[in-house]
Amino acid sequence: MQKYSVFSLIKNAFSNHQNWEVAWKDPTPKSEYDVVIIGGGGHGLATAYYLAKEHNIRNVAIIEKGWIGGGNVGRNTTIIRSNFMYDANARFNEFGMDLWRNLSQELNFNVMFSPRGIINLAHSDAQMNAYARRGNSMRLNGIDANLLDRDDVKKLIPMADFSDEVRFPIFGGLMQPSAGTARHDAVAWGYARQADDMGVDIIQHCEVTGFDVVNGKIKGIRTSRGDIKAKKVGLCVAGSTNILAEKLNMTLPIETHVLQACVSEPVKPLLDGVVTFGAGHFYISQSDKGEMVMGGDLDGYNSYAQRGNLPTIQHVLTGGLALFPFLSRLKMLRTWGGIMDMSMDGSPIIDKTHIEGLYLNCGWCYGGFKSTPVSGWTFAHTIAQDQVHELNSELRLNRFSSGHLLDEKGLGTKTWIG
Amino acid sequence: MLYIKCPYCGLRAQKEFSYGGDATVKRPNINEEVSSEDWDNFVYMRKSPRGKHIELWQHIAGCRQWIKVQRDTATHEIFQTAKVTEEIR
Repeated sequence: MQKYSVFSLIKNAFSNHQNWEVAWKDPTPKSEYDVVIIGGGGHGLATAYYLAKEHNIRNVAIIEKGWIGGGNVGRNTTIIRSNFMYDANARFNEFGMDLWRNLSQELNFNVMFSPRGIINLAHSDAQMNAYARRGNSMRLNGIDANLLDRDDVKKLIPMADFSDEVRFPIFGGLMQPSAGTARHDAVAWGYARQADDMGVDIIQHCEVTGFDVVNGKIKGIRTSRGDIKAKKVGLCVAGSTNILAEKLNMTLPIETHVLQACVSEPVKPLLDGVVTFGAGHFYISQSDKGEMVMGGDLDGYNSYAQRGNLPTIQHVLTGGLALFPFLSRLKMLRTWGGIMDMSMDGSPIIDKTHIEGLYLNCGWCYGGFKSTPVSGWTFAHTIAQDQVHELNSELRLNRFSSGHLLDEKGLGTKTWIG
Repeated sequence: MLYIKCPYCGLRAQKEFSYGGDATVKRPNINEEVSSEDWDNFVYMRKSPRGKHIELWQHIAGCRQWIKVQRDTATHEIFQTAKVTEEIR
């Protein structure tokens, strides 16, 4: 594979950049693979990459209904963080932070990981107490966390509304300085390019129509481009999980909902890092191009439409304006939606299933992007070793029946409530 | 914006309503032995179909009644609404 570097850039400049190798091939599906990963999103691509790299399993296919980068990996708001309170989520995502830090070098692709911090704002004494508790939990797990008072916040985001008239005054906040953002497309492309180089077949525009299960064991899948035999199959399809589960006669603790995001016109550098509003559901960061990237609540009803309705955008931006009045002067560039696999406790599932050789990776709710590397890493381990890794040992399917929930936000089963 | 026909008040904007989830989930009967599996299915397991979905909404900023709505989860088209005591077929 051609290595990307300043030298290859100069060399290709002489031929007007006409002779770059394709980043990944467009193979026709073979009749049989050791492992088939369904879903060519960030998590699926990362899973295939780590299967090849960490476990030397290279006879792998990724089956994608659409195209690489067209789903949630290209629709998220690019936030990377590990500011979780529960041990299982904190350890899992902090391991992921270590993978993020070296990802550009490892993939030979600049994913523009930019750890400029995340600030969760507090608007009451009770919220400050809750953040102090969460910050302490994070520190016990080796994650950096700083409790900020009002003056600290004012130094970091002076453009927020600190006047006396506001309905939800800023009391302070909890900051994870090592959190940040990355370029989401580059993550998908980087993983795809490396996985392809190690022998993984990335098969796009290929829809899974059924499964071959014999005596409780997976034998292969049926697709729009023919039947494919497989010793092991990994489901990694986010919002489409229930559609495929239905074909397997499985019912899961997952509901699919639409989440919208939006960006403003680009402006000069204004906001460093990510800020979340604590009195409503609104978060904001500034992209490298200068756009303000914003998101918030789900539309709040089951949906497979990759677009939402305007009342939710209006509601989210009402919160945004309460925090940052300057936003009222910006034009909205575009809004879009992606479909989320909302689990019943707000935490993901990476596990084996009751069908031998079938593995499940779902339930990412709002936060799949930040976990892309660690999700792929642990899912690859689970598939290759046929057992969960210590990192995902609490992210199992049976935690719902056994009562070992990871309800980070304490919302109960209605995680789609804003 | 969705427009939902409340069986009590007529056609109203989505903003007046609050979502209540899958209406086909049945709570296990009170005062009867409930297996862990049945309870698990009631509390956590959801079909979440792509297509027609019967769901609960509450007309929170109107008559405050709970109603049933049959809606397409892919196109958001609403086919039928009914009182919560009525069946949608």
